[in-house]
Amino acid sequence: MSTNSNPLPSADAIGLAPQSVLQELVQLGGSTKSAFDAHHAPEMGLMDQCVHCGFCLPACPTYALWNEEMDSPRGRIWMMRKGALGEAPLDANFQLHMDNCLGCMACMTACPSGVQYNKLIEDTRGQVERHTERPPLDRLYRQMLFATFPHKNRLKIMGIPLAIYQRSGLQTLVRASGVLNLLPKRLSAMENLLPVVPLNPFYSLPAEVSAKSHKRGRVGMLSGCVQSAYFSHVNAATARVLAAEGFEVVIPQEQECCGALAMHTGLEESAAAHAKQMIAVFEHAGVDTIVINSAGCGSTMKEYGHLLRDDPTWAARAAAFSARCKDISEILAEHEPVNRRHPLPLRIVYHDACHLRHAQQVFAEPRKVLARIAGLEVVELPDPNLCCGSAGVYNLLHPESAEQLGDIKAEQMLSVNVQAVVSANPGCLLQIMSSLRRRGEAELPAFHMVELVDASIRGLSVEQLLHGKRSLDV
Amino acid sequence: MSEPNPAPNNLTPAVLDELRTLVGPHGLIAEQNQLQTYECDGLTNFRTMPGAVVLPRTTAEVADVVSLCAKYAVPFVARGAGTGLSGGSLPTEHCIVIGLSRLNRILSVDLENSRVHVEPGVTNTGVTSAVKAEGYFYAPDPSSQTVCTIGGNLAENAGGAHCLKYGFTTTHVLGCEVVLPSGEVMWFGSEHGVVDTPGYDLAGVFIGSEGTLGVATRAVLRVLRKPEAVQTLLAAFDTTTGAAQTVSDIIASGMLPSAMEMMDRISITAAEAAVHAGYPECTALLLVELDGPLAEVNAQMVQVREFCTKNGAWEQRLAQTDAERALVWKGRKAAFAAMGRVSPNYIVQDGVIPRTALPRVLARMDEMSAETGLRIANVFHAGDGNLHPMVLYDRTIEGEEDRALILSYDILRLCVDAGGSITGEHGVGREKQCVMSYQFHEPDLATMQRVRRAFDPQNIANPEKLFPTPRLCGERRHGAYIPHPVEAAGIAEVF
Repeated sequence: MSTNSNPLPSADAIGLAPQSVLQELVQLGGSTKSAFDAHHAPEMGLMDQCVHCGFCLPACPTYALWNEEMDSPRGRIWMMRKGALGEAPLDANFQLHMDNCLGCMACMTACPSGVQYNKLIEDTRGQVERHTERPPLDRLYRQMLFATFPHKNRLKIMGIPLAIYQRSGLQTLVRASGVLNLLPKRLSAMENLLPVVPLNPFYSLPAEVSAKSHKRGRVGMLSGCVQSAYFSHVNAATARVLAAEGFEVVIPQEQECCGALAMHTGLEESAAAHAKQMIAVFEHAGVDTIVINSAGCGSTMKEYGHLLRDDPTWAARAAAFSARCKDISEILAEHEPVNRRHPLPLRIVYHDACHLRHAQQVFAEPRKVLARIAGLEVVELPDPNLCCGSAGVYNLLHPESAEQLGDIKAEQMLSVNVQAVVSANPGCLLQIMSSLRRRGEAELPAFHMVELVDASIRGLSVEQLLHGKRSLDV
Repeated sequence: MSEPNPAPNNLTPAVLDELRTLVGPHGLIAEQNQLQTYECDGLTNFRTMPGAVVLPRTTAEVADVVSLCAKYAVPFVARGAGTGLSGGSLPTEHCIVIGLSRLNRILSVDLENSRVHVEPGVTNTGVTSAVKAEGYFYAPDPSSQTVCTIGGNLAENAGGAHCLKYGFTTTHVLGCEVVLPSGEVMWFGSEHGVVDTPGYDLAGVFIGSEGTLGVATRAVLRVLRKPEAVQTLLAAFDTTTGAAQTVSDIIASGMLPSAMEMMDRISITAAEAAVHAGYPECTALLLVELDGPLAEVNAQMVQVREFCTKNGAWEQRLAQTDAERALVWKGRKAAFAAMGRVSPNYIVQDGVIPRTALPRVLARMDEMSAETGLRIANVFHAGDGNLHPMVLYDRTIEGEEDRALILSYDILRLCVDAGGSITGEHGVGREKQCVMSYQFHEPDLATMQRVRRAFDPQNIANPEKLFPTPRLCGERRHGAYIPHPVEAAGIAEVF
């Protein structure tokens, strides 16, 4: 801003007062005062794209709950900006409001200016982890989460006692007794969100499944951590549908976690290590496309390019890898079906996983794929943009706010009067069922979108789909 | 007229403690880095840290907070969603910001009498959502309607694209509950939604008073039946003159479209990038919406298209479905916010001119753009002559923000010179108070000031807005403002 002694004439009359702009400029150049360290600090250029219009406020789940500016995307970006300008410390308040963000990215869908909030919040979370303290119990709890979820073998081993707990009647007893209310909120939330663990948690898909019709491509498939341990039937259905539709499916057995959990909670080094492993494994597999059936994993893998952007050996490989990642609904939507779809007379609601609808902007595709099934009536929720509160491990870290969001979603689920819920993310389905149970409502049958396509190709009846055993054959 | 200086800090720790007992620990924000998120609204060029923010949940809490402000002479500033573009909810130093975002319930819907009773934190779209299924809508539709709240709409007398036919907020508010700057609670207009009440039209005085006369805590709004038919036409012109002439021809023929909007090339590019509405690329895009009985709309649309053709429209496109129409409007309404895609910074202005002056004023604006080297994008409600020129600039280029602000004020003066006004719907707020004296003479301003003082003798309700003051307008300032010692002492605050 001008500080010369010969200002433009009309400045006197109008009393210009653009404040602290000069200060901003000085710091943009030097950023010496920034509260962030230099490694992947949230970029000022990305923050500048935010014009402060507030269109994100009604889209934000935490703003919907609390109506506070600092728990809105606009407010969080403002806090980041203040941190970058050295006008605010990275203290407990800063940590609180960044932690409160579910990372649902609904704000990105709502934003007219195209602000890349995903990049901003992820870089900021890394800074929060490096520069703020957490109470010992919180740290321990987080370490426990990171010691289990990203490890499919540990999840599988845990599956044995869990299966006994669930099938011996103990779980029913425990839930009815109210003893869970005595546990700390986070632990009782964890129990409430347990999936029904399969009896054979050690099942895994073969390394390769050949195309069952005229070959249209060779794709790699992510098997995932939670998905492969507790939702193996979804993986099996994914492989069956892909094979039936003419894809040779490669499922590298050495693949590990995609790093989503680490990336969404600011553990950048861990996320980067997972990403490199994943990239190397799939490069070796020699596939055109990597197919993903879990929304959270998909959004993470599509962001590897950003995560490894300044790693000279990995940046280009990561970007190329991310460009080849597709959600299962994307690949099915863009290829005309070769198998007949048998009718499936059923009224379902399609619940958008935020990491698909907002983070990947994939919402037309699953609907297009489901619309090919005759008789299937797909209804929409009153507010499909609102997060259910699951958000990765958010419901384990912030059970109170997650429950409030779950309650809103459960209410909406009940209002549409359907026979089943369909989504592309196991976390959402567990969250929704837990919310229904908390209200004393019966659970709804829950499916991954690909399970319906599979049932339609195989000609299952509604009865078989709803009550039959979920097949693991490929 | 002299006025007491609101600057001293009466918000002492003891007063803060009292405040905390009134709204509870979850209703009070007093930490520095949390307060920073309230230091501006949709206009970020002006920023002031508030002393505290409260988020009350009831009228009684608002009244308690305002009473406390009155008792200790602490200034307060009401805030809704903070989307305002004139700095209306910009805090005053050491003030309490009263955020109404938690007063967000729809209290009753009475369609037999076409009215809805709401709290001020309900969004503008939220009102329509509550009555849409029954075939009703709330007519005022500012572009930020999905976000902005009814309380803010009342404060600014918000308009929108469809106000050409339906009128501004003031036409649609049957009554409102207001907490006066003394802390007293009263109803302006009718609590029961009776259309006309005897005596002074205090609701009329209050609506558009920009938070200087009190805080609205409830409103009874009029909702309207959705018209039988709606048709939306997009027409592409090579010249703004052609589009402007079409607007004049339509009005002259006796038609009253529900909306007539114009967008220029830069706005089209930005909106298209944000929303992919499929707008034709052209110099001036005219959007004409007709609503009413089907036969009438059909007949009038033929005439509208003839005017478009006569004035050189090379493409005319009628939205075929509700979804297409929604997309056309989504693009138009995202146009301001989408400017972030074509320019790092911008200032949205809000001038009004007589419709007939449109081609002349637009031509002059082109010249001003060329003279200053700054791009001006234009989106406007062409039907009622409400311009929204956006001056695009880059804050990182030295001196450019100054030049942009000067240009934006020069545009307002151009509007006044053309027989118009400095604001159509965004309000004066902090941003335009210094051009108030260009539009009004001193006796006019003094009369308005007397009205204000009748409501707020202590000058604590949004004190530094609307009226020009030497403290904010008289001094030439660059960088951080340093008040004159005489002002700082509270002696000379005159206008």
